[in-house]
Amino acid sequence: MINKLFDSAQAALADVADGATIMIGGFGNAGMPAALIDALIAQGAKDLTVVNNNAGNGDAGLAALIGANRVRKLLCSFPRQADSWHFDRLYRAGKIELELVPQGTLAERIRAAGAGIGAFFTPTAFGTRLAEGKETRSIGGRDYVLEYPIYADCALIKADRADRWGNLVYRKTARNFGPIMAAAAKCTVAQVRETVELGALDPEAIVTPGLFVHRVVRVAAMRKAA
Amino acid sequence: MKKLDRHQIAARVARDIPNGACVNLGIGLPTLVANHIPKDREIVLHSENGILGLGPKPAPGAEDEDLIDAGKNPATALPGASYFHHADSFAMIRGGHIDICVLGAFQVSAAGDIANWHTGEADAIPAVGGAMDLAAGAKQVFVTMEHLTKKGESKIVERCTYPLTGVRCVTRIYTDLAVIEVRRDGLHLVEIVAEGLSLEELQRLNGVPLKYRAAA
Repeated sequence: MINKLFDSAQAALADVADGATIMIGGFGNAGMPAALIDALIAQGAKDLTVVNNNAGNGDAGLAALIGANRVRKLLCSFPRQADSWHFDRLYRAGKIELELVPQGTLAERIRAAGAGIGAFFTPTAFGTRLAEGKETRSIGGRDYVLEYPIYADCALIKADRADRWGNLVYRKTARNFGPIMAAAAKCTVAQVRETVELGALDPEAIVTPGLFVHRVVRVAAMRKAA
Repeated sequence: MKKLDRHQIAARVARDIPNGACVNLGIGLPTLVANHIPKDREIVLHSENGILGLGPKPAPGAEDEDLIDAGKNPATALPGASYFHHADSFAMIRGGHIDICVLGAFQVSAAGDIANWHTGEADAIPAVGGAMDLAAGAKQVFVTMEHLTKKGESKIVERCTYPLTGVRCVTRIYTDLAVIEVRRDGLHLVEIVAEGLSLEELQRLNGVPLKYRAAA
């Protein structure tokens, strides 16, 4: 029997190694797998390369992981936010490396890794500072920049519901990077609100097929107090 | 001279968005455009974090942490809305499926280059988000900004001095003084929107000579 359901986030993340590349889903706090990040902090892995759209908000989730000095390098599109103080402090102190990637290029590099694409040409960032040193090509009269995939050892994502095969459905804009990160990582761990019997998810509506998901942890929904 | 305020600039942009258009509104002034879409037009708003059919902000107490816009503010979804992941969202942008994006800017050049992500200051934390993808991919790029800096310098320039977001991509500029179209042969004045501003004075304030068609 295939059973990807784990009893705890701790158990699902026990084997994350120092120096690993970790993709973390979410756009701001929507879709951020907070329970998995907390478990990763407790687990203790350090020297991590983290891929996320942002650089953490406030003192929880990714911000806490960064604040705990576990992140050596961050790949993201938008680190500058009023409440990203942990990142700001470490960045200004030269203690965290930043690879700034345009958001669509970030998404496509992640998608390419999961889809077996070796590299791709994108028009985004052509002629800008973020394309400096990169190979370019004119194709059909349009200028493009060569970009490479981003692979990960582990992806931590948040979905709404899962079954024991790891099939996932998401909720609203919390989907964001989840489906593409799931495909790009060697080990994908999904935090879900609810687990259901096999067959209970409508095959027409499954967003991430279970083959992209290796471990599922049910986390009781925690609604943030206003 | 009476310059347009931010809401009036947004309303002027909204006038030029045709019925049925798929539109991405940037953060800040561009977001205000949604409040001024004429009632007889149906516009589909795209937000790069994965929604088409973005609605107005929710009533207090009705916020949903899983439903936000690109500015990470609580949002709503209209009937007909769809959700999708980030790679699909940027395929819409890069693939030329978004009719118009509206962006703020620090500077726009006579060739239609835009600078809006970095002030170039050494200690500034750089952040680009989806701006470069939108600049490169939307069919039309509208820029909204105040025409002049606080020091009175034109933000419309021969060449951008701030780091670029995209090259030769801006199609229209909406400021508190004028509406300007970017064409291959340069900048064309569409309309002076500031009350009491003469063409001569606008030409003096603007960093680049504007072409215009003399009134018949």
